[in-house]
Amino acid sequence: MATPVQTTLDLSEKFPGFVAADTRPGYSGWIVAPEKLIEFAIFLHDGLSYDFLSNLAGVDYLPEGKMEVVYHVYKTTGGPALIFKVQVPRADPIEVPSLTSVYPGAELQEREAYDLYGIRFTGHPDLRRILMWEGFEGYPLRKDWKEAFYEDDLKPFKSRWPEGKIKMAEEKNPHGDNIRFPAGFDPEKWVPTDPEELLYASLKNYYSEDKDGVKTDHVVVNMGPQHPSTHGVFRAVVVLDGETVLSLKPVMGYLHRNHEKIGERNTFLQNMPYTDRLDYFNSMTNNWGYALAVEKLMAIQVPERAEYIRVIMAELSRIQNHMILIGMLLNDLGAYFTPALYAFEERELILDIFEAVSGSRMMCNYYRFGGVVRDLPEGTLDKIKSLVLERLPKKVEEFDRLLSENEILVARLKGVGYLSGVDAIAYSMAGPVLRATGIPYDVRRADPYGIYDRFDFDVAVRTNGDLYDRYLIRIDEMRQSLKILSQAVKQIPEGPVLTGKPQYQVRVPAGEAYGRVEGPKGELGFYVVSTGKPNPWRYHVRAPSFINLTALEKMCVGGKIADFVAILGAIDIVLGELDR
Amino acid sequence: MTTSELNSPGYEIPSEVEGAVAITTIDRIYNFGRRSSIWPMMFGLACCAIEMICAQASRYDLARFGMEVMRPSPRQSDLMLVAGTVTKKMIPAIVRLYNQMAEPKYVVAMGACASGGGPFKEGYNVVAGVDKFIPVDVYVPGCPPTPQALIYGLNELQRKIDKQSLKEVRWYRKGPDIVEVPIPMLGPDLIDPRRIPQLKLELAKMEQAAAQQTTQAPETKA
Amino acid sequence: MYGKGLLKGLGVTFKRYWNTYWEDITWVLSNKGKRYYTPEGVAHRSSKDARGIFTVQYPEEKLPVPEEFRYIPFLVYEEGPNGEKNIRCTSCGICSKVCPPQCIWIVRTNDPATGRPVPAPAEFYIDADICMNCGFCAEYCPFDAIKMDHNYEIASLKRNVLDKEQLMKPLSYYAGIRPANYAREEAARAEKAAAKAAKQEA
Repeated sequence: MATPVQTTLDLSEKFPGFVAADTRPGYSGWIVAPEKLIEFAIFLHDGLSYDFLSNLAGVDYLPEGKMEVVYHVYKTTGGPALIFKVQVPRADPIEVPSLTSVYPGAELQEREAYDLYGIRFTGHPDLRRILMWEGFEGYPLRKDWKEAFYEDDLKPFKSRWPEGKIKMAEEKNPHGDNIRFPAGFDPEKWVPTDPEELLYASLKNYYSEDKDGVKTDHVVVNMGPQHPSTHGVFRAVVVLDGETVLSLKPVMGYLHRNHEKIGERNTFLQNMPYTDRLDYFNSMTNNWGYALAVEKLMAIQVPERAEYIRVIMAELSRIQNHMILIGMLLNDLGAYFTPALYAFEERELILDIFEAVSGSRMMCNYYRFGGVVRDLPEGTLDKIKSLVLERLPKKVEEFDRLLSENEILVARLKGVGYLSGVDAIAYSMAGPVLRATGIPYDVRRADPYGIYDRFDFDVAVRTNGDLYDRYLIRIDEMRQSLKILSQAVKQIPEGPVLTGKPQYQVRVPAGEAYGRVEGPKGELGFYVVSTGKPNPWRYHVRAPSFINLTALEKMCVGGKIADFVAILGAIDIVLGELDR
Repeated sequence: MTTSELNSPGYEIPSEVEGAVAITTIDRIYNFGRRSSIWPMMFGLACCAIEMICAQASRYDLARFGMEVMRPSPRQSDLMLVAGTVTKKMIPAIVRLYNQMAEPKYVVAMGACASGGGPFKEGYNVVAGVDKFIPVDVYVPGCPPTPQALIYGLNELQRKIDKQSLKEVRWYRKGPDIVEVPIPMLGPDLIDPRRIPQLKLELAKMEQAAAQQTTQAPETKA
Repeated sequence: MYGKGLLKGLGVTFKRYWNTYWEDITWVLSNKGKRYYTPEGVAHRSSKDARGIFTVQYPEEKLPVPEEFRYIPFLVYEEGPNGEKNIRCTSCGICSKVCPPQCIWIVRTNDPATGRPVPAPAEFYIDADICMNCGFCAEYCPFDAIKMDHNYEIASLKRNVLDKEQLMKPLSYYAGIRPANYAREEAARAEKAAAKAAKQEA
């Protein structure tokens, strides 16, 4: 079963000959001809008010000789998706019009599709590789591109059993290592060209200015990848005039772990522990998003008790994520480690629950298709109740009292990094950053999944759109999560926790599905395409941290370099899902 | 300790004092000072970094072992705790940082990814273990290793330091002060400068094999 | 008022500072014994009433791991009457098929006399430097032959590729670390054996 689609308007009548409904079994949406794509998008954006572009993914249909780009758009007033696709023949050069003029949030996602598939988006302001380095050979996610340690198209590999002679992957590659070179490459004659020419060319020009008779230069500073305050290996190149930021370009890919290519090789079940490692703070939420997508394809129901357990785990995950976020933000601002230590205390208690339930503090691997893997052990529900009803509310208030009125904090955060609501929607921001600008878009309310429609909670919204609001909204969200949790632990019924028998070979019917959840960092979406085999054909992750960075330059330009650190901290990025 | 060991400490000793120098307790004092004040470099790459921060935070306190602060700068740290997946894009930076650390320096590979590639070993952007480029002292397996496992690994490193001796450490021998690892380059794929001649041979062999195949195939067809 | 927020925050910090001493004093005064290096002290410091010092001083105080904790897998063997080790694994290969990073290698041999597969692995390797501790091998093993270990003190000076000998641990060890799971599985085995015996009689 695919994501429901808006069927009240037949778009193929509006654009006869250029738009047709997608009639492949298990698929839905509209297939648009490339030449009419921008006109179609403008109609959706202005005419039908689908203003939020959620997902843009490339798909390689090698057997049919087509390369497809799929788009999911939503209305910020709520409701299901409208899916449309562009299909072009799979012969280089592959060109598709860019949607950055209609949806500026498509910028980074189109760069990623170019990097991994080689699709050139005409009209894109800055089409460069984003996750791999310039000069890398090939387009990795194409189906005919085999990596150096390539062993077999699909897992499980036949070499492991019954003929299980252990052979390290290094022995299979002629270089003894994970490298491969194009034919005719001579390493001694190869001259290392600077792979960053294009990057520096994309910044504002470096020039020196004559201010009141004093010659001043603009300085280009590289922040990262090894930097005490970037949250992981993230690099930003900034052009500074003294301390004021003039131009900023993020550079990513330092933790690109080929999650999507490995995902296409894994079976559906084997992908579940890999989703833990995306947003490694909230493995429960990632698991849920992936399980949602595959459950939509398999059309199976989840038992009541499992739904409640899922909500409890996801909301506990949200609380510990916000605690760490506030701790690390304060770390960046200079309050070295005291708020972080207090936050880590509460987080440790929540992680103890995750450990008791799933077996691991962070990589929980707890959800399965049709429920959760095992029931809560003896005494865990009481522990959760005591935490949620007694300890955590007091600690959230204590945190608030410790920090929110602190004059230094207010001076550093108020009025900094402003982003308006209209801009935020245009740049496809999602999550607390969007709600801090005044737009009350929360997937748990707009497009409810699981049993969120049964709980009484408010969507936390703040109106100023600056950093101080982004900080306050996290405290609001923690309070709302505690509200949901207190209802869930009281209402949880008895019963089974998994539909059907546990199976390791899941056969998923052909089709596509987009499962999205409201993660603590934003809207986390999983786009899964299945061809009926035990392995997915395409597996794409809509990562909120990646897309929230589209507006980074806009927020930072004009401010000071120290504010850049605070802005980056408050967007809440985690490199595991940013780079995948 | 035999007399001959006592009498050959690895230094040049003037003949007047030969037979009069032994360095047992000095070793222990020296090592005690070094093992009790290791300052790790804040080098978290991925998920293991969070467990590393947890090991430094309130519940499992690394400061009890002398690892008081985590210095972001390599010039001020003794231990590079490689926590997380090492990718090809990042490895030039890692090697550069390793070269910038001052002796004595140690490397601990934390987690499955830094030890041997981990679950992402088959990826096209992943280096199968950081020991392909820099020498590793202790491997801590796990995905991620719990903070208790990491502390066990660091204690293992401390025990290793205890066994080191002034006679054998590299920074007091004759020879270059610093042995730098050449920085890998990012071309069509990752190029390790130490292996360029070997790479050339392997590429030549592969081309020969490919050429042979194409000449054989038309033969079999005909 | 200028400075009020700072003072409020400092109040919170001071209260925590005060608690680190006060909790120790009240603990001693109410005769609960030593607060540190005892299991009761550790349990109190990891419960919802934890106030004051939160640190668990590994390696002197080890926080007990819950039953479901998973680290590197191990193979279960049953001890025979003469001390021989009867490994439960029948080399069916399901664990190696379901392992996400494919880090399990099993060699299954055929009995030269009958030509049928021997229900025991000739060689069994797990590359612990690839294992992601997901627990699928233990979850889907139909013979309860491979289980997830609790031992996390395995840091070493070289890479960790574990072979069959290093992986085998006795059934009594498994019962010690996972009592509830062990009891449930033994009950299921006993039921199956009873059902089989009843069928054979009939």
